[in-house]
Amino acid sequence: MNLTASLKKVLLVVFASLLLSACATTKKTGQMQGDVYTGSDTIEYLASGVQDRVFFATNKSVLTTAARDVLRKQAAWMRKNKNISVAIEGHADERGTREYNLALGERRANAAKDYLMTYGISGGRLSVISYGKERPVDSGSSPLAWSKNRRSVTVKAK
Amino acid sequence: MKKIITIIFLLFFYQNSVFAVVEIDITRGNLDPLPIAVSPLHVESGSKDIKQGGKTIKNVGEEISKVIEVNFKRSGLFNPLKKDSFVQSSDIAHVKPRFEDWKLIKAQALVTGKVKVSEGKLRAEFRLWDVVAAKEMIALAFSTTPENWRRVAHIISDKIYQRLTGEQGYFDTRIIYVSETGPKTQRIKKLAIMDQDGANVKYLTLGNELVLTPRFSPTNQLVTYLSYFRNLPRVYLLDIETGIQEVVGDFPGMTFAPRFSPDGKKIIMSFAKDGNSDIYTMDLEKRVVEKITEHSSIDTSPSYSPDGKYITFNSDRSGLQQIYVMRSDGSNVKRITFGKGLYGTPVWSPRGDLIAFTRVHKGKFYIGVMRTDGSGERLLTENYYQEAPSWSPNGRVLIFYRETKSNSEGKGFSAKLWSIDLTGYNERLIKTETDGSDPSWSSLLSK
Repeated sequence: MNLTASLKKVLLVVFASLLLSACATTKKTGQMQGDVYTGSDTIEYLASGVQDRVFFATNKSVLTTAARDVLRKQAAWMRKNKNISVAIEGHADERGTREYNLALGERRANAAKDYLMTYGISGGRLSVISYGKERPVDSGSSPLAWSKNRRSVTVKAK
Repeated sequence: MKKIITIIFLLFFYQNSVFAVVEIDITRGNLDPLPIAVSPLHVESGSKDIKQGGKTIKNVGEEISKVIEVNFKRSGLFNPLKKDSFVQSSDIAHVKPRFEDWKLIKAQALVTGKVKVSEGKLRAEFRLWDVVAAKEMIALAFSTTPENWRRVAHIISDKIYQRLTGEQGYFDTRIIYVSETGPKTQRIKKLAIMDQDGANVKYLTLGNELVLTPRFSPTNQLVTYLSYFRNLPRVYLLDIETGIQEVVGDFPGMTFAPRFSPDGKKIIMSFAKDGNSDIYTMDLEKRVVEKITEHSSIDTSPSYSPDGKYITFNSDRSGLQQIYVMRSDGSNVKRITFGKGLYGTPVWSPRGDLIAFTRVHKGKFYIGVMRTDGSGERLLTENYYQEAPSWSPNGRVLIFYRETKSNSEGKGFSAKLWSIDLTGYNERLIKTETDGSDPSWSSLLSK
């Protein structure tokens, strides 16, 4: 084995370990798709099988496929429980200016509201409030924590 | 909160600018602060102690000189010299300084004065001397209530600053901000007000509801802010003298991002409805509401030019947050920021020539300034998180807040008030009892 060959071998090993560590990181961030949270931490249930919140990408208010699934279940639950009204709370992560985040939270909560309305829930049963970045559920400063905080949460109105 | 001030200008006011040698150029970063000796104000015989908030102030002359020194040091433009090097006694120096003595300790300017507290009044006078030219530059006297002694120190500081820089000072001013306590997920926020140097903190709300973004009226009596009272986020108006507060307008949804017009007669703010935020004004006297922007994007953080003719604001109509300028009737909307990343929180300088802003780029937050057409951008400070600059009334200093990173338990998080000069130099922490955010600078209390 000459020097070049052994060098190549070393490089291969280095490369392989890089690949492995890359895999490890993807696994770690497996709770996000893009930067939308897909895990189950912090989620609460309005009723059996009816999750209370949906998650958003940075600076976005577009509902993901998963978010629409959750909201359809919420709508079905509300259709069955006609006396229930809800408040939809819109939130942003801590990485934006306060005032813009208030507007963004409002936009996210309304995206959820509009979707519930297209599934037959009257606007009178849906109120909206934005908290901007003021009420994080995860107090960490990491991409994962921020992804949990970019959310709209449906809560039973008191 | 009562702060009745009666400052009477008693003495002569004469300036000798022809022979003045001592001057400060504040348009450049001042790396060479002016050495100044602030002699303690001589307390005249028969002067009484001041009793204030359970404390007794024995030597108010010394205390006033300390407050002046702190102001000067923090401004970055002056280097107050150590008092133990002073040779001449304060009473004699006030009458006739021995300039050779003061030259010896390298003082270029000298402040002397005297003070007397009697019959419920505080009477103070000061002189500013040009040590190099051996001349008096300015002399003034004030009379006020003894509890106002700190304000006397601030007014003296402002007069000296003005005499030496040619520009108005900013020491006799207050800061309103949001005091923060408790964990990040359940932060308790209260409106708080303090003197510009951090003294005399008072809390204006109890913390029962979330409050954000307080801003002073140019008249100083009123503050506008966002409150979540009864879980309805609305813009409020608060009279800091009487404590009376009221909702601004009757909007069927969240109003936020309020500021006063330069004449104090209107409030400009965002109103969010059905996922869309537009900019509105409300005339406080006539109660007339006007819609200024009409766009399906987020329009927020409006701020008037000092002549009231233009408004700068934040919009994501191009896709991401950018800064725009329009006429105050909403016409002629022009985007002015085109740099990489996001731009937010534009705020027009009191001099009218600059807009301060927050820029977010590659995970960093910057406070910067640019001309009102977006040209000449200068980033003053870079950090993990900082935003929301507010101008000192003379347009020379910006105050803003900065947050630190936290671990997964929320540890390591803090929110603090900072200031930086327009030049990008002299960055300073402003100490507060609790964490703080959303600072807003008042105009000069005495004009």
